[in-house]
Amino acid sequence: MSDDVAIRVRGLRKAYGDNVAVADLDLDVRRGEVFALLGPNGAGKTTTVEILEGYRHRDAGEVKVLGTDPDPAFGSRRRGSQAHSSRFPGDPTPEWRGRVGIVLQGTGEFDELTVAEVVHHFAGFYPGADDPDKVIERVGLAAKARARTHTLSGGQKRRLDVALGIIGRPELLFLDEPTTGFDPEARREFWELIRDLSAAGTTIVLTTHYLDEAEALADRVGVIAGGRLVEVAAPDRLGNRQEALATVSWRTPEGRVESAESGTPTALVTELAARFGGEVPGLTVTRPTLEDIYLSMIGHR
Amino acid sequence: MTTTTKPATPVTAPTVRRLGPTSLALRQGRLEIRQFLRSRESVVFTLGFPIIMVLIFASIFDGEVGSGVSYTQYFITGMIASGLMTVSFQNLGIWIPIERDRGVLKRYRGTPMPKWVWFAGKVIMVLVIGVVMTALLLAVSVALFDLDLPSTATGWLTFGWVSALGITACTLCGIAISSLARTARSGSAVVTPVALVLQFISGVFFVFTNLPPWMQQVAALFPLKWMCQGLRAVFLPESFGANEPGGSFELTRVALVLGAWCVIGLVLCLTTFRWTTRRDG
Repeated sequence: MSDDVAIRVRGLRKAYGDNVAVADLDLDVRRGEVFALLGPNGAGKTTTVEILEGYRHRDAGEVKVLGTDPDPAFGSRRRGSQAHSSRFPGDPTPEWRGRVGIVLQGTGEFDELTVAEVVHHFAGFYPGADDPDKVIERVGLAAKARARTHTLSGGQKRRLDVALGIIGRPELLFLDEPTTGFDPEARREFWELIRDLSAAGTTIVLTTHYLDEAEALADRVGVIAGGRLVEVAAPDRLGNRQEALATVSWRTPEGRVESAESGTPTALVTELAARFGGEVPGLTVTRPTLEDIYLSMIGHR
Repeated sequence: MTTTTKPATPVTAPTVRRLGPTSLALRQGRLEIRQFLRSRESVVFTLGFPIIMVLIFASIFDGEVGSGVSYTQYFITGMIASGLMTVSFQNLGIWIPIERDRGVLKRYRGTPMPKWVWFAGKVIMVLVIGVVMTALLLAVSVALFDLDLPSTATGWLTFGWVSALGITACTLCGIAISSLARTARSGSAVVTPVALVLQFISGVFFVFTNLPPWMQQVAALFPLKWMCQGLRAVFLPESFGANEPGGSFELTRVALVLGAWCVIGLVLCLTTFRWTTRRDG
């Protein structure tokens, strides 16, 4: 496995009873990139990410995260002893855990402790931990360092989650729906924080169901629907958006709205202008938005 | 100029220090104790409740249970035993489901912390709170109700091992029973009736030998009865042993039953413990 690959997944499969959550999923994440897994609720985002994080066991497939299988017992489980599998799961090594930062979807709250106490405590678990006070400042909680965590707002709690996710200076950071429930301003601030981390070289995998979030943050987006990765591309190239035909529409002298799809809309507009002898009534030229593309991908159109 | 340029020293040099197992466990214990003491419910209901019960019971009953043993002297043994059960079994059986439901356990598992450290933290917390609670109970009982403390080293030694074995068994059972609760709220619904029934049938609120024989036999299957009996051996005169169901305090049997519950509890912990809730896979 080459050094510039952070995550490599082939044929990943996970079912809960009859419900197939992830079916035959392939995925590659390069070191240093921000990769967004985009998909509706129930598409298999969290299941996929939690398998990569070493929280869940997969049914089939090949998974390497930072060169290591997050479920070291996977091979031996496949060879038999099914009965034991869920009781004594194979856990990732502490060494691997130390290289991976995790921000879960639900926050694990330490109600009675202060922000500083929690961050300092978690710093002790990592051999190469960052300075806790600097991390608190970096996530914008310096003013709240001495506050009990239960007094924090939703956005502040999420920042604490990120602080705990990055305290060990991870090479790879997972963020599961990090901004769900944020107001627009808090989201913008949060995005800045993610960009900072990325600029410092951290590989970031985030799941989201917000298109604008994926577009704003990700180098590449993987669209997941029905447990499958439908497409992986840079946000502006998703669904061949760049090559998509433009739709030109205008109003005919009789008042009907007419439209045509065209690969050369400028030529069409010029021709229309000539036909109308100047201004074209009701002229619009549109291309599919990311949302149009996304909705058609996940099968809503 | 040489062709290779070493990267500059990182702005924030990583402080590479790995904490040893002892300090990991101790700081986890300190964190647990801090959380316990800051939680008003824990302090009032876990630490304060046995003391309140002693104050009430010792004020109501001032007679003798027989053989020159005052009711307070008899009753305090049951209160210490059930206090030890409260700080271990009930405390863990109620709080672990809450932490599991909140995702605290899941969060710990996402770190390089070795799993045993978390258990060690709980055990340290239980031991410290257990010692504090026992000391408070003894102090209150000596000051207000003329409790006689053990006068021999053997007495204190027995006190030590019965308490240690009892609290270990109850801690392990508390961790084990925490996996029965499906949600944060159901922890106390699972644990409280078990504890309450055990207290009634094990001779905490009543003189054990006054209970119906079948009830005594049921109680003898569980640890609390044996913790009470072991503590009676410490606080009551040797001669009182003749009043026990077995004709003596049966310290060997106390050790065997409590030891067996330690093993049962440990096996249950190892086989059933869940770091995440059921709906969480």
